[in-house]
Amino acid sequence: MKLLGKLDWSAVPFDQPIPLAAGGLVIVVILGVVALIVAKGWLPYVWNEWICSVDHKRIGVMYCTLAMVMLIRGFIDALMMRTQQSVAFQSPGYLPPEHYDQIFSAHGTIMIFFVAMPFVIGLINFVVPLQLGIRDVAFPTLNSVALWLTASGVLLVNMSLVVGEFSRVGWLPYPPLSELTYSPGVGVDYYCWGLQISGIGTLAGGINIVTTILKMRAPGLSYTRMPMFCWTALASNLLIIAAFPVLTATLAMLLLDRYLGFHFFTNTAGGNQMMFMNLIWIWGHPEVYILILPAFGIYSEVVSTFSSKPLFGYRSMIVATMAICIISFLVWLHHFFTMGPGGDVNGFFGIASMVIAVPTGVKIFNWLFTMYGGTVRFSVPMMWSIAFMITFVIGGMTGVMLAIPPADFILHNSLFLVAHFHNVIIPGVLFAAFAGYEYWFPKAFGFTLDERWGKAAFWFWVIGFYLAFTPLYIMGLEGMPRRMQSYDVPQWHMWANIATVGALSILCGILCMVAQLVVSIRTRDQRRDEYGDPWDGRSLEWILPSPPPEFNFAVMPNVTGEEPYWGLKEAAREHQRITRPVPEYEDLEMPRNSPTGFVCAFFAVMMGFALIWHIWWLLIVGFIGAYATLVVFSWRDIRERIIPKEEVARIDLENRAKRNLALQEGRI
Amino acid sequence: MGAITSRLRRARNRSAALLRALAVVSPIAIAGCRYDSVFTPVGPVGDAERIIILDSVAIMLAIVVPTILATVAVAWWFRASNRRAKRDPNFVYSGRIELVVWSIPALTILFLGGLTWISSHDLDPAKPLKSAVQPLDVQVVAMDWKWLFIYPDQGVATINQLVAPVGTPLRMHLTSATVMNTLFAPEVGSQIYVMNGMNGTMWWQVDRPGSYLGHSNMFSGDGFPGMSFEVKAIPPAQFAAWVGSTRGQGPVLDEAAYRQLLKQSSDLKPYAYGSVTPGLYDDIVRQKLPPGTGPVEAGNKNPFVRPVRSP
Repeated sequence: MKLLGKLDWSAVPFDQPIPLAAGGLVIVVILGVVALIVAKGWLPYVWNEWICSVDHKRIGVMYCTLAMVMLIRGFIDALMMRTQQSVAFQSPGYLPPEHYDQIFSAHGTIMIFFVAMPFVIGLINFVVPLQLGIRDVAFPTLNSVALWLTASGVLLVNMSLVVGEFSRVGWLPYPPLSELTYSPGVGVDYYCWGLQISGIGTLAGGINIVTTILKMRAPGLSYTRMPMFCWTALASNLLIIAAFPVLTATLAMLLLDRYLGFHFFTNTAGGNQMMFMNLIWIWGHPEVYILILPAFGIYSEVVSTFSSKPLFGYRSMIVATMAICIISFLVWLHHFFTMGPGGDVNGFFGIASMVIAVPTGVKIFNWLFTMYGGTVRFSVPMMWSIAFMITFVIGGMTGVMLAIPPADFILHNSLFLVAHFHNVIIPGVLFAAFAGYEYWFPKAFGFTLDERWGKAAFWFWVIGFYLAFTPLYIMGLEGMPRRMQSYDVPQWHMWANIATVGALSILCGILCMVAQLVVSIRTRDQRRDEYGDPWDGRSLEWILPSPPPEFNFAVMPNVTGEEPYWGLKEAAREHQRITRPVPEYEDLEMPRNSPTGFVCAFFAVMMGFALIWHIWWLLIVGFIGAYATLVVFSWRDIRERIIPKEEVARIDLENRAKRNLALQEGRI
Repeated sequence: MGAITSRLRRARNRSAALLRALAVVSPIAIAGCRYDSVFTPVGPVGDAERIIILDSVAIMLAIVVPTILATVAVAWWFRASNRRAKRDPNFVYSGRIELVVWSIPALTILFLGGLTWISSHDLDPAKPLKSAVQPLDVQVVAMDWKWLFIYPDQGVATINQLVAPVGTPLRMHLTSATVMNTLFAPEVGSQIYVMNGMNGTMWWQVDRPGSYLGHSNMFSGDGFPGMSFEVKAIPPAQFAAWVGSTRGQGPVLDEAAYRQLLKQSSDLKPYAYGSVTPGLYDDIVRQKLPPGTGPVEAGNKNPFVRPVRSP
């Protein structure tokens, strides 16, 4: 047995300059950031206040940061794919198949698991406890473990850039292509272990949020008074708990095939590849709703706030959310109508898939009626929401087309399909994440983001989206399959070029977002959110100062109806001062920060790397380390730290004073 | 196919006017004008599927377009700076509107659901095509990365070329010697997954002579882009002549030749085998002949780290 298992110098792609240069650049940037932190003496702050933090707000911010960094990585992959298809007409292009296939696999994997998921989970983490009027989530340290396990998956997937290779079989590893026979390299192992580790994090996070919402709401905040975002977060995390174990089990079976010679999905010895497709989509279709339901929640908050009206048909929206939550488990087979299951099965699943369009349509109409009679302010979050409503119905329409089995027989796995799911995921999830980012940014950091750069980013994104994906619909109708590294059909070429222009426009959008962040930070003193309610909000997070103190609420709010903060604000406006009496402040107990999550993740990465490269001694070291971390954490003596009531009172009274001033001046 | 066509024609007539109106702006319609797409089918299967796509789009545009317009109109009319807009911040529930917003999508889906149920049965790929002409049997094997078409009754086989007599139903049995693929020709009709150790059935028919692009729509590895094939539709008499001139000529497809073919290769120019060992297809389906062995034997230096495609 070799000391380093399969690992040797042939793992580094010296023959491929692009991943080598990209990987080198990433390493330089990471080292640069670390060097800066150390040189400036920020290391204790970063370690104590962020890496070890169990504060749900900081964990939420870190999730979102992770997602935004990975969005750039995933987008660079997309840009490379589009440019390759522009130049690879009757030519091999600049990316050989070995590389191109890794890029589209990495693009899909990263965008779903490491952009959409952490963005949505980050916003849930940040917002839900604030909206529920509570001080933290149910299991704060588990929350930190979940974050760092997700980061471990990210690290492993990106490590494959320079050590070995990434999966080349697409974002879902369909066997038998992903089996050892047809993918003997380490790519699929990187994919599987990366997702297994981050999947445990996702599941832990899901359990945490569900427990929080079910058990920890502020007094009086009954289910039918919860903000819509909390409802959708609940639905989404219920889906995580139900669906993610299926993903873990499915990948575990594939790994058993690859590592121990099992035959779950192999061609030979009775393996059944169709079982994999069923299992992966039993996770995979609910996964779509795991992403889109919280996005619907964000849109509900934004549309209501910026129309200065409560959400129209609130109870109807709850019914629609939960209907989607349940039906999402009954449609998985529409991902493989072309497997030939026959008219009855295809018909059933086709109709079940269309039925989901009903509650989704209801939501669109309810947002429409929320705007009706309101006072609509076209701030950046609202613009993302309106662009979503317009664009998403088109994506929904092409989705219903694909749900008709005979139409799917000629559109399946073509670029039409690719265009469809980008048409629902980009406006559905990504625009929502951007809207949520703009909307809650002042709450997290105490100053608003620049509107002009935000609007510029918006227009580049939206125009770029249409330019990039309308051609893909057309190419799909012209019979172009997805995942083509090169092609020689002349009529596809022009559309491929237009799509590249669209991708470049999206690039401008991303650059504008970077500029927006830089400009906003530099001008933050002029854009301070003085008293914590910059958008004239309606739910409880806006009652807090921006950024909220570690303990969120000095006293637990007592909720007496829907939109509790709005009610208080109305009364305060009338009297031009806060009408709530000054409470009796008490000492607060908050969970202590802990390096458990980070240390756990360190050993998880070690184990993942050892498994990928068959370095068995390292695996044992990693396992012992992770286990020891658990033991040390479980035996800790001091679990909480006390925040003295003087500190609580100081923070709360300061915010009350600022709000009273703003009320007198008519700014609230 | 006649049944579905006539049943759908009524719906199509209703929606035709709307579709024509939208044809000017719809990108799908622009694509429809082009040659070589799913909108220029050359057989009954593709034709019926095209009608289903157009009908469903027309039905849905009838609700999607007003929704988009209403979104823009409502958002703009109720903009904060519009003094003429009547504000009603307490308008948060209306039973009538709830009824309507649930009914409109529900009714649309009810309608489309009927279309789905009927068409799923009528256009099931395994359902025999009705025709007075005796169907032609073709056995299809997906390989890394090429298509093998065996004509069991004629005793010939082709690589990357499906020679089809015009107007004759093709009764295709399909399997894979390697990973999953789909057999697909956009202008001809349906696609279906092919899998090792399994035997699928699909019917095609080409009514217009010509040469049409076919390929796998299911990504199958590094050589995937080089896995396209040609559907060559020729008059029946010419087909008989082609069989006559091919049989007994050229290479022989026996077990040894098949094992050679199993090795990974792509971008193969079409060619024909003049003789095929009887029962070869059955041996592949029953795995008496083993599946392809992937990139390991292709002379890779270190396939267990980063295999590269053999040249």
